[in-house]
Amino acid sequence: MSLFDHLVIFPILIPFFVGVILLFPSLSGSLEKQRIFTISANLLMVIVAISLLIKVQQDGIQMYALGDWSAPFGIVLVADAFSALMIALSALLGLTVILYASAGEDKSGAFFHPLIMFQLMGINGAFLTGDAFNLFVFFEVLLIASYSLMIHGGGKQKIQANIHYVFLNLIGSSLFLFALGTLYGTLGTLNFADMADKIPLLSDSEQLITKSGALLLLAVFGLKAAMLPLHFWLPKAYSSTSASVAALFAIMTKVGIYSIWRVHGVMFGDQAGELANIALPWLWPIALLTIAIGAISVLASQSLRVLCSNLVIVSVGTLLVTISLNSVQASTAGIYYLVHSTIACAAMFLLAGLIQQQRGKAEDRFVTARAMPQSAKLGFVFALLAIGLIGMPPLSGFVGKALILQSVTDAKQMTWVWSLILVAGLISLIALSRAGTSLFWRTSGENTSALQGHPIQYLAIGILVGLLPLMVLFGGPLTDYAQLAAEQLNNGLSLQQLNEVAK
Amino acid sequence: MEVVYSVCVGFMTACGIFLMLRGHTFTLVIGLTLLSYAVNLFLFASGGLTIGAPAVLDGSGNYADPLPQALVLTAIVIGFAMTAFAVILAMRGRADLGNDHVDGEEPIDRLAREEKA
Repeated sequence: MSLFDHLVIFPILIPFFVGVILLFPSLSGSLEKQRIFTISANLLMVIVAISLLIKVQQDGIQMYALGDWSAPFGIVLVADAFSALMIALSALLGLTVILYASAGEDKSGAFFHPLIMFQLMGINGAFLTGDAFNLFVFFEVLLIASYSLMIHGGGKQKIQANIHYVFLNLIGSSLFLFALGTLYGTLGTLNFADMADKIPLLSDSEQLITKSGALLLLAVFGLKAAMLPLHFWLPKAYSSTSASVAALFAIMTKVGIYSIWRVHGVMFGDQAGELANIALPWLWPIALLTIAIGAISVLASQSLRVLCSNLVIVSVGTLLVTISLNSVQASTAGIYYLVHSTIACAAMFLLAGLIQQQRGKAEDRFVTARAMPQSAKLGFVFALLAIGLIGMPPLSGFVGKALILQSVTDAKQMTWVWSLILVAGLISLIALSRAGTSLFWRTSGENTSALQGHPIQYLAIGILVGLLPLMVLFGGPLTDYAQLAAEQLNNGLSLQQLNEVAK
Repeated sequence: MEVVYSVCVGFMTACGIFLMLRGHTFTLVIGLTLLSYAVNLFLFASGGLTIGAPAVLDGSGNYADPLPQALVLTAIVIGFAMTAFAVILAMRGRADLGNDHVDGEEPIDRLAREEKA
């Protein structure tokens, strides 16, 4: 058995061991050593993620039975094309965030690097896990790391936003367990594949209970994903934390979206008999309302970070639309857009951090302040990112939105989706150009301080911004891959198939 | 037994939710603790309630479902960690913000002010 056979578990093991090793005395004392160690570990993660991506594309779905206990009794990790793509995304994001934070943000408090590693471990685990209870466990791992990361550095504002964030998520975790108990009570299993097999066989009375469990799960995932009535914590939480943490959090809402896709799009998908597509009547209006509220909040934002947080909400709504359209084509578009929006939002959060550094007391609020020392550089990146976020050609936002609009076939749905997505795009165009003019042009006097952004910060943003045109250049292979992921999602996976994959 | 059990779980959940609806971190923590107890009991019952049956196979064919017990064990551990974090955060919030309201400031009680005037 070669090392390559264990590839599936590496995205969880690497951050775990790196996180633990970082706590050892020789490393924990020196920030320099920690930086070098985490950056090299993250480079390794990127390599592992890319080889996993290639392996899944060549050999199909990968399964890893922990302790060689086969499903449904043992714990399994399943890597299909979608989860491999998400792992690659989180590895890339982790690398850029660490690079950016190494310029000084990690100095503001203790244990920044180990916390980032544990957070990545939780995120990767949530993407790879093959059963619902381990999804809960990995959710908790990533959440407890995110609680501490969010207040990293301290300060009144962070504590206040963190209280809301922590308690809401704790309530969410309790509901998650209630939902899992309900589902286990009727289905007798928590393995995704096994659950999907058993859902069509339920009796009438059990169906009702299962339905309530499934919809409770939708509420829980909706809370993590910032779906409409449960989105209010997000702008405050994301805008009060430091830039690098906010950028890493850009993938956290996507964990919620991913889980909705897994559970409500696939397990309770077309093949679920009487319970087929139970979440869709809820998802459809919620998705549209999320876009609408997100767009209105974008207009009302008073600072760049709040604006960017509200753009995250708009992208969550757009992704929910692609889930509720319930077709392979829509899922393909959704997966492409998911990658784009995560990268673009993360880059914007990092850029907001740089702008905040250079504007002194005015921070990133849209008020008149002294000109930034490096306003030309920052302005260029801002313009590029704005084009990507709005969805204008030639960057990947345009391709993603075009794919989504193209995948809507029903005339009635088309009126809603086209109008909302296009109007939301127009609103972000207005809001971002207003933000850009007030940040870069409404200045009073020169800034005499020589406060420059560190090259490594520009490198981090550069990597993310550089990915946007690359996503257009390699749009063909990328959409092919997204389509593979969407097809695998749509076909689902039965227990028998899962165990065959293992052999 | 099932009726008594479910009433107890329901009552604990209701108490937990009532406490959490109050706007102070202290009651919130107590409410969360109650809710997590209720969750653990609920999970425990999800495999079916049995009396005098071991959780592992003893050859007699009469055994309780071991999986919910494993789940409860994990949930308790995670619940403790989370509650500990919440308590520390609440204390830090109390120290930094000067009060224990979840919004960081006591809401203005309009009725009380009118009375004073």
